[in-house]
Amino acid sequence: MGFEFVYSSKLEAAVNWARKFSLFSYPFVTACCGMEYMSTAAPKYDIARFGSEFPRFSPRQADLLIIVGTITERQGPALRRIYEQMCEPKWVIAFGVCASTGGFYQNYSTMPGADQVVPVDVYIPGCPPRPEQVLDALIMLQERIQRGEGHSQIAMRVDQGFDVPAASVRPISRITEHGEKAKVK
Amino acid sequence: MAQLVLDRLLAQFGGGEIIKTGSQHGNEWARIRPDAWTAVCTFLRDDPTLSMEMLTDLTCVDRFGDEPRFDVVVHLYSVSKKHRVRLYGGVPEENPLIDSLVPLWPGADWPEREAYDLYGVRFAGHPDLRRLLMYPEFIGHPLRKDYPKEKRQPLVRRQAGSLD
Repeated sequence: MGFEFVYSSKLEAAVNWARKFSLFSYPFVTACCGMEYMSTAAPKYDIARFGSEFPRFSPRQADLLIIVGTITERQGPALRRIYEQMCEPKWVIAFGVCASTGGFYQNYSTMPGADQVVPVDVYIPGCPPRPEQVLDALIMLQERIQRGEGHSQIAMRVDQGFDVPAASVRPISRITEHGEKAKVK
Repeated sequence: MAQLVLDRLLAQFGGGEIIKTGSQHGNEWARIRPDAWTAVCTFLRDDPTLSMEMLTDLTCVDRFGDEPRFDVVVHLYSVSKKHRVRLYGGVPEENPLIDSLVPLWPGADWPEREAYDLYGVRFAGHPDLRRLLMYPEFIGHPLRKDYPKEKRQPLVRRQAGSLD
């Protein structure tokens, strides 16, 4: 019994296809980037086109954590707890430079990037990023989900005893992703 | 503008409680001997010609290398008389203690907690002197000039090389 067969056949591709077009996001908004997030979610940029229009305000109902804004050391335990409350498989987007690296803050209170406490799948640079960049990141994440390379997807496969060669985990580099996309076109 | 305030102060306190006064950019200031901190502030609030009803701000300055090291700075404003004054109270490094102004102005509560949190200055008579901004596990006072710039005190961290 179990879902082992899911990962061993074409069914995995079908499941991932379904996953990538039904992302339920949980916006963890802490700072000014929130304005840009609202703009992205509003009709002008229309994130609904990508099947991700439904922000849930409980992490238990969400599978995409969008970390929007500066994360302080004091928020670290809360952010970790929210991530742990989400059901697997789950993905994380770091929205803006503060969530990605700490941005221009270099001090006692600011965490140098949300990936210090939760595994981040896609980083969006910008202070704040434009909505187009956010949509671009969402498409990147969808490609990642389709390939089954999200952190939690890989962790699930490892948990189920599948061998995951390290080389199959692609680097989380925007440039690599972009170059690849350009080649496909 | 508010030279009146300094004149009243100097007339009232002749025993060296007012260490120095001055005026800069139209703002008058007075340096107060810390043991007269409450007496001077009570006079400023209750004197009918001064009646400083409002404590606009209370903060702290770290004059690292000088003596006394810390200055507690208070901005007072009179809503009825429309004048303001700034007070400095020097606090030494080895025993950073000064009277709390919460009994005079309840609005001093959180500013004093903030000054305690970030500079380590303690306020005698404060009803609830806890950290305001930093977490209770934090060690030290981060806005002191000798707090290391790169030093972080994380509460949680991922394990290196983990997928989760």
